Amino acid sequence: MSSVATPIIEVEGVSMRFGKFVALNNVSTKFEAGRLSAIIGPNGAGKSTFFNVVSGAFPPSSGRLKFQGRDITGLAQHEFARIGIAKSFQITNVFKQLSAHENVRVAAQMRASRYQLLTPRAKMKTLTDRAHELLARVGLAHLADRTAADLAHGQQRALEVAMALAAEPVLLLMDEPTAGMSPEETKVMMDLIVELAAERSVILVEHKMKLVMGICERLLVLHHGEFLAEGTPDEIRANADVRRVYLGQG
Amino acid sequence: MRDLFALVKRHRVAAVLLFLLVFPLLMPYHALAINILLFGLFAVGFNLLFGYTGLLSFGHAAFLGVGSYLTGIALVHGGWPWWLAMVAGVAAAGVAGLVIGFLAIRTRGIYFSMVTLALGQIVYYAFYKAERWTGGENGLRGIQVPEIHLGPWVLDFINPVTKYYVILAFVAVALWFVSRILASPFGAVIEAVRENDRRAAACGYDVARTKLLVFVLSALICGLAGALRALHLSIVPIDSLHYLLSGQAVMMCLLGGMGTFFGPFVGAAVFLTLEDVATVFTKHWMAIVGAVFMVFVLFFPSGMWGTLVKRLERVR
Repeated sequence: MSSVATPIIEVEGVSMRFGKFVALNNVSTKFEAGRLSAIIGPNGAGKSTFFNVVSGAFPPSSGRLKFQGRDITGLAQHEFARIGIAKSFQITNVFKQLSAHENVRVAAQMRASRYQLLTPRAKMKTLTDRAHELLARVGLAHLADRTAADLAHGQQRALEVAMALAAEPVLLLMDEPTAGMSPEETKVMMDLIVELAAERSVILVEHKMKLVMGICERLLVLHHGEFLAEGTPDEIRANADVRRVYLGQG
Repeated sequence: MRDLFALVKRHRVAAVLLFLLVFPLLMPYHALAINILLFGLFAVGFNLLFGYTGLLSFGHAAFLGVGSYLTGIALVHGGWPWWLAMVAGVAAAGVAGLVIGFLAIRTRGIYFSMVTLALGQIVYYAFYKAERWTGGENGLRGIQVPEIHLGPWVLDFINPVTKYYVILAFVAVALWFVSRILASPFGAVIEAVRENDRRAAACGYDVARTKLLVFVLSALICGLAGALRALHLSIVPIDSLHYLLSGQAVMMCLLGGMGTFFGPFVGAAVFLTLEDVATVFTKHWMAIVGAVFMVFVLFFPSGMWGTLVKRLERVR
C-alpha cells in the first residue's frame, strides 16, 4: 500500500453551521493511511461535530470530504460503513435487547447479506464464528449470550468496538472511547486501540489530552471550530497556543 | 414442560399448525374459528412491522381492505377465477403498502402513526366514494365462490369445516413465510433497526429501504388475510377499511405479545372470543374487551404469550 501517496481521509474547507452557530469553520487537513491520530480539544471545540462529519452522520454545510482520494461528500450514513469507515460512539449505542453476540453478528452480517429473506441465518456459520472471535478480542467472550443492556458500562463500550470492527473497516473512528471508564478499563481499552491501529487507520476524538499523548503519532488540536495546531505529541506539548488553551480552560 | 416449550419454539410453524388443525373442534362454532384464523393472520402481518421493526402503524386496515376489495372486484366485476382474484388482491395490498410505506417511513414515532392513519382514511374514502366498483356504504356484494377446484378434486367451500381447512392452507404458507423472514439475515436487520436505527445505519444498513421492505411484506400478509376474508364472507363490508380494524390489530398484538411469533394469534383468539362471549350479554362488549386489554397493558406489558415466554425462560 502506498500509504504516503493517498491520504486515507482528506478534509477540504469543511464548515458546519447550525443556524447562526458555526461549529466548524473552514477546516482542512489530511490523515495518512495506517496511522493512529487523535483530535483533541477542550469541551465545545467542535470535536464531536468534526467526528460526525467525517463519519457520515451528517453532511458538512460546505467543503469536501475525500476517502482514499474519492469524493464522499454527501454519501448516506450506511454508505460510509460499506466503503470501510466504521465508528464507535461517544454515548454507548448498541442494540440493547439483543445479546452481545447478536450485536456483533448483525454488524458483521452487513458484509455478507442485507436483504436475504429466506435463508436461515443460523446456517451462516462464518458470521457466528466471526462474532465470537471479535467478542474474544475485546474481552467479552464469556458474556456472549448476555443481553447488551445487562452489560456493565465498560463492557458495553468494548462491545461498541467489537461492532465497529465487525464491519471490517479500513478507517476506524472512535469518539471518546474511554468515556466513563474506570482507570483499569481505560488501560485495557488504550492497549486495544494501539493493537487495532497496527492493522488499520484509526482516528480518535478525545477530550483528555494526557490519554492520547503516549500512543498517537499525530495530534490535531481543535479550538473554537478551527485547528489550532497539529503535529507530533512533542510538538503539541511544546506549542504555546495549545498550552494557553488547555491551561486557560483548567 | 420446559422441553415441550423448547420444542414448540424450535418448530414454531409446525406448532401453530398443529394447534390450528384441531382448533375448529374446540370452538363452539366454525365461523368464529375462521374469524380467528383470518384476524390472527392479519395480526401476524401487522406484528412484522410493529413488534419486530418497531413501527406503529394505525392504518393497517387499508391493506386488509384493499386485499378484500380487489379480490372481490376481480371476482364480481372481472369474473376472474378465485385464485387469480386472490393474487390481484394480495398484489394490490402490496402496491398500497409500497405507496403508503414510501410516504410514512420519512417520519418517526407519533408522526409515523399519524401519517399511516391519515393515509388509511384516504383509502377508506376512496373506496367509499367509488360506489360503482365497491358498492360504497353497502359494501361489495355478490362474491360467489361455492367450490374450490383443485385438479380432479372439488372442495365444497360452503361447508364451514372445509372452508376452515382451505383457509388454513393459505395461512400455513403465510406463517411459514413469516417465520423464514424472521430467521433470515434480513430478520436480524429489522430487529437491529427496531433496537437502534442510528446504529443500524452506522453498521451499513439502509434503514429507509429496510423499513420500506418490511412495510410491503407486512401489507402483503395483511392483504392475504383480506383476500381470504372476502371469499369467506362473500361480501366486502366497507368496515374492512375502517380505522377501528387498524386499532384492533394493535390491540391483538399487545394482548398476545408484540414481537413474538405466537402472540398475535393468541391475541386475536382472545379478543374475538371475548367479543363473541360478551356480545351475548351486552351490546357494549367493547367495555369488557377494553377492561381486559387495560389490565394486560398495565400489568403484563409483554402480553399473554410474551409473559409466558418470559416466565419459562427465567425458570431455565
